[in-house]
Amino acid sequence: MHTNPERQVHELVDHLFRHEAGKMASVLTRLLGFGAMELAEDIVQDTLLKAMSVWKIKGIPENPSAWLYTVAKRKAIDTLRQQHLHSQHHSEISDALKSEWTLAPTVRQLFLDNEIEDSQLRMMFACCHPSIPYEAQLALTLKTLCGLSIAEIANSFLTNEDTISKRLYRAREKLREEKISLEAPIPAKLPGRLNAVLHCLYLLFNEGYNSSHPDQLIRHDLCSEAMRLCLLLIGNPVTNAPEANALLALMCFQASRAEARLGEDGSIVLLKDQDRTRWSRPLIEKGKYFLEQAAEGDEITDYHIEAAIAGCHARASSFEKTNWGDIEELYTILSDMKNSPVISLNRAIAIRYHVSPEAGLKALLAIEGLQQHYLYHAALGDVYVDVGDLAAARASYERALCLTSSIAEKKLLQFKMERLA
Amino acid sequence: MEKYMFIFIGGDVSHMSPEAQQAHMGKWFEWVKKLQDQKRYASGEALLPEGKLITGPKKTVTDGPFAESKEVVGGYFVVLAKDMKEAVEMAKECPDYVLGGVVEVRPVMKFDM
Repeated sequence: MHTNPERQVHELVDHLFRHEAGKMASVLTRLLGFGAMELAEDIVQDTLLKAMSVWKIKGIPENPSAWLYTVAKRKAIDTLRQQHLHSQHHSEISDALKSEWTLAPTVRQLFLDNEIEDSQLRMMFACCHPSIPYEAQLALTLKTLCGLSIAEIANSFLTNEDTISKRLYRAREKLREEKISLEAPIPAKLPGRLNAVLHCLYLLFNEGYNSSHPDQLIRHDLCSEAMRLCLLLIGNPVTNAPEANALLALMCFQASRAEARLGEDGSIVLLKDQDRTRWSRPLIEKGKYFLEQAAEGDEITDYHIEAAIAGCHARASSFEKTNWGDIEELYTILSDMKNSPVISLNRAIAIRYHVSPEAGLKALLAIEGLQQHYLYHAALGDVYVDVGDLAAARASYERALCLTSSIAEKKLLQFKMERLA
Repeated sequence: MEKYMFIFIGGDVSHMSPEAQQAHMGKWFEWVKKLQDQKRYASGEALLPEGKLITGPKKTVTDGPFAESKEVVGGYFVVLAKDMKEAVEMAKECPDYVLGGVVEVRPVMKFDM
């Protein structure tokens, strides 16, 4: 404890409370049943409060996680005894909870490491259930699995706490009404469900990497949560699908650039101007590894293609040496797979570097459906600069400026406009 | 050096997210570390919010919580300070004031006078 000089002040692992909150909530929800999700969260909150009040005075125990689990286990056993919750919940463990002889051992069993991971996986599939809307899936994942508070979630999505609370409430009601249990889906249903889970993690990562928050361009916490959960999927043989590996590869490649992407004053540094020595080599290597793993199956998903594109950038020693031909081709494949104007936008940018600015401009002007998107107008502005039409460039940058809420993006656009003068 | 007791009252963190709770706890660790490094920290205990209350000549036993959460004693430190003035300055570094927490500073009575 405090008297041991070898123990440091900041010894407590970063985000320990948040991560353990997510783990405990998953295990407790599995124990108490999905209908009792709020009760599980109350137990988690009580457990953390107890830790907080004791640790702050007595210091950090030898094994903080084990300490938390011991408290949570006791509270769970008490709750199960008092409320006879087991009489109304259906799961693979409900029989074991009915008898006093097996109750405590069952609770203890579920708090073992591998079972915790299993509970988190089940929770992920439940939170990303296709019967609830995507925004609600995200909110529920962030709240339950990532241990974020309602205020923090509202903050990430630029909305108010009320909206998030309502979203969570409706989602939980839906899960309760549909009697969705924390069972891992049977293999036949797995692909469909896995898609929802992967999509949720993809959105979570993007929200972190391209934060819509005005002050924070990159929310590293959201990115690392998405990667952590994706790694959990890959660690389990049932969910270790090629597309999960492809998604993780994509995340690794993107995350490798996170540091270099932010200037000292919090502004964006464009891919073209990034100091490539600041890219994280270990993450790029991990990205390559997972992309190789992703090649196992016969199916190619959009995550494969996006990861391959991100990998092209990661492999290039300079912006000029980027293989724009490959990137254009990959974007063409991607736009055949899913018709999205944002993909066409990226393809047009690749054409600009691979073919010519004029060809890029032509491709950009052919895109429909991005008139309200700042990235489209910002890209148009850049290409107009390259073809020498400064008046059109200025007009495009001004349009883009009106359409973004991010302070960093605004700064970048203003900088570009000043450069025109 | 004289002994002083810091009694910590209130300082509710139940509305905070796990992340914010951990951050607040970090401030406590820093404070305790500082007191220890200066050899001012003698001992301390944390008190759980639950408990019993025994009152009156009939020794009536009732369940806690005793009062509103803002009045609950959460724990105490015994510290070493030159005088009350210095003890108060030390107590001012408790991280709980922003949460509405209160610290009572009491000199520990000496019997070997």
